[in-house]
Amino acid sequence: MPTNGHRLLGYAGALLEAVDQEMARDENVITFGIDLDDHIAIHGTTQGLQEKYGKDRAFSTPLSEDAMTGFAVGAAMAGMRPVHVHIRQDFLLLCMNQLINMAAKTHYMYGGQLKVPLVERASIGKSWGQGAQHSQALYSLFAHIPGLKVVAPSNAYDAKGCLIAAIRDNNPVIFVEHRLLYYTEAYVPTGSFEVEPGTARVCAEGNDLTLVGISNMVPECLRARELLAEQGIHVEVIDPIWLKPLDMATILMSAQKTGQLLVVDNAWTACGMSAEILACAAESGLTSSGIGMARMGFAPTTCPTSPSIEDAFYPNPGSIAAKIYSMVHPDKPPWQPDPDRAKLTYQSSFKGPF
Amino acid sequence: MEKTRQSTLSSDDYRRLYESLQRIRCVEERIAEIYPSDKIKSPIHLSIGQEAISVGICDNLNRDDVVVGTYRGHALYLAKGGNLNQFMAELFGKTDGCARGKGGSMHMIDMSHNILGSSAVVSTHIPVAMGYAWRLKQQAKGQVIACFFGDGATEEGVFYETLNFASLHKLPILFVCENNGLAIHASIEKRWSQRNLLSKVAGFGIETAAVTGMDILEIHHKAGAAIEKLRSGSGPQFLECHTYRWRQHVGPNEDFDAGYRTRDEMAPWVANDQVARIAKKLDEGVRAQIDSQITGEIECAERFAEDSPFPKTQELWEYVYAD
Repeated sequence: MPTNGHRLLGYAGALLEAVDQEMARDENVITFGIDLDDHIAIHGTTQGLQEKYGKDRAFSTPLSEDAMTGFAVGAAMAGMRPVHVHIRQDFLLLCMNQLINMAAKTHYMYGGQLKVPLVERASIGKSWGQGAQHSQALYSLFAHIPGLKVVAPSNAYDAKGCLIAAIRDNNPVIFVEHRLLYYTEAYVPTGSFEVEPGTARVCAEGNDLTLVGISNMVPECLRARELLAEQGIHVEVIDPIWLKPLDMATILMSAQKTGQLLVVDNAWTACGMSAEILACAAESGLTSSGIGMARMGFAPTTCPTSPSIEDAFYPNPGSIAAKIYSMVHPDKPPWQPDPDRAKLTYQSSFKGPF
Repeated sequence: MEKTRQSTLSSDDYRRLYESLQRIRCVEERIAEIYPSDKIKSPIHLSIGQEAISVGICDNLNRDDVVVGTYRGHALYLAKGGNLNQFMAELFGKTDGCARGKGGSMHMIDMSHNILGSSAVVSTHIPVAMGYAWRLKQQAKGQVIACFFGDGATEEGVFYETLNFASLHKLPILFVCENNGLAIHASIEKRWSQRNLLSKVAGFGIETAAVTGMDILEIHHKAGAAIEKLRSGSGPQFLECHTYRWRQHVGPNEDFDAGYRTRDEMAPWVANDQVARIAKKLDEGVRAQIDSQITGEIECAERFAEDSPFPKTQELWEYVYAD
């Protein structure tokens, strides 16, 4: 909601504003990545930074993800605050050695003598045939590793606040951006602010079921909530925002209130964030108090490109709403919302090719 | 050439080189003696026989210059002036170790001497040195970083990625390849399609030099020239030093019974031992004084390590994240 100093800003613009303000505030902040300074400027998120801060602080790199991640780690050890940008998270697989063996380990294995204040920005995405190697959301791989922090903001406000927090954090942070969210807007303060690690948010209140959405699944869950309200079902939607550290307390408090917990991940379910959240919930004693738990995520397949099967690969407001209806009304016949009304405008307006 | 180079070194220089060489040799021989007692519960990769590379290069570096190395890194740590007490305590797994008992033999660090640690995953530290060098270049105080690695590291893709970017941006890095001809137990014949490493490196526009005879004076001289160029901003320099590992890949012993190499193969390297060579350049009295001092240092470090407590259980959870 708009308050003093807030104005509508797109997700991409919020990311740009965050890094711009941090680069102005702290000369140790540098940003680099493949094609950072071309006409697309990582969807506009790096537009003008090189002109403003020079080629030593904002620059494009060779296609050497492994070395450039090591570069980022070394620069961070030397006192800089690198923001390393990737246009696809799939390419972070080329950086895993540096991120897991070096960035995550350094502070611990050197007994605190060094720290690695590093941000790895990487987008994830769906639709328009992104397919097998351009659609993966791999954040649970990183959330598995002690020493790394992971954040997946779902709106422009959190995008700015989380990126500022990530840059100021003294640890390596994997910053996950969903490409479809670049086209969404939210009220964002003009000034600097942080959405601190370990902060979840109750996005919309309700008493019948707790619905946890991750990244792009937050707006999908919010749409499902609207459809369910018409059926008399009132869902509480929670955005964890930070996947590590994870604010389980907010999720548990809600689940205890509603008695039902559904986690909708923007990723596969096996060994993923939905598994982690439900395991934490079970360990906290929720199961013994009779609370129902379920999860949704990508189909356990590789992501295809043809629309007819790509649509079935992802959870959507329709499938989420149908699942919730069956959880709240296990004795009633299944219900499905009108598929046309389940569509999200910001998604249907998206066209390729990039 | 040898004569010229020698004439540039004073007796103080020889004294300093010997002290550093001898300290490393004696420390590692002592580690090998202690090892069967299981007081050191950490895989050790001894530098014995290879000390002259670290010593010859680090003698050209200032305290504010930076080094980073590999799991075979004891020589580098000690040659750059790393604290011996904390080193020994780290080997013993004690809380006063340089990494508080969390790093062990393969991750020795002493930032008070700009020793930027060492990595156990081959070549992982090479681009890290490049990132550090970026900062040094920005600060423009004439500092350099020397990055040490073995011949095996030159087979990793990240090595070439790093050469490219470091050359593109003229970063102040001295790349040092300690070529002992073995990656664990595999000879170069099994691994390299082309034997000339330096021509590959030169392809990136990087100035190269080699020392094939394990001659500390030549290493000292060529490293000095390369470091001077680095300080004047001429971009990365590459030095390949041929050498020989006298002990096992990992562990305190010799391993000539393993069958992948022979004692005869090692003989010329032992005959060319640089510790013994530089020792001969000192007066007997001076040498005895240094030897006695080093014996004392090692005894002191062992006592320090013995007396230091093991980390408390609570320390397991410390330093997972930086504040």
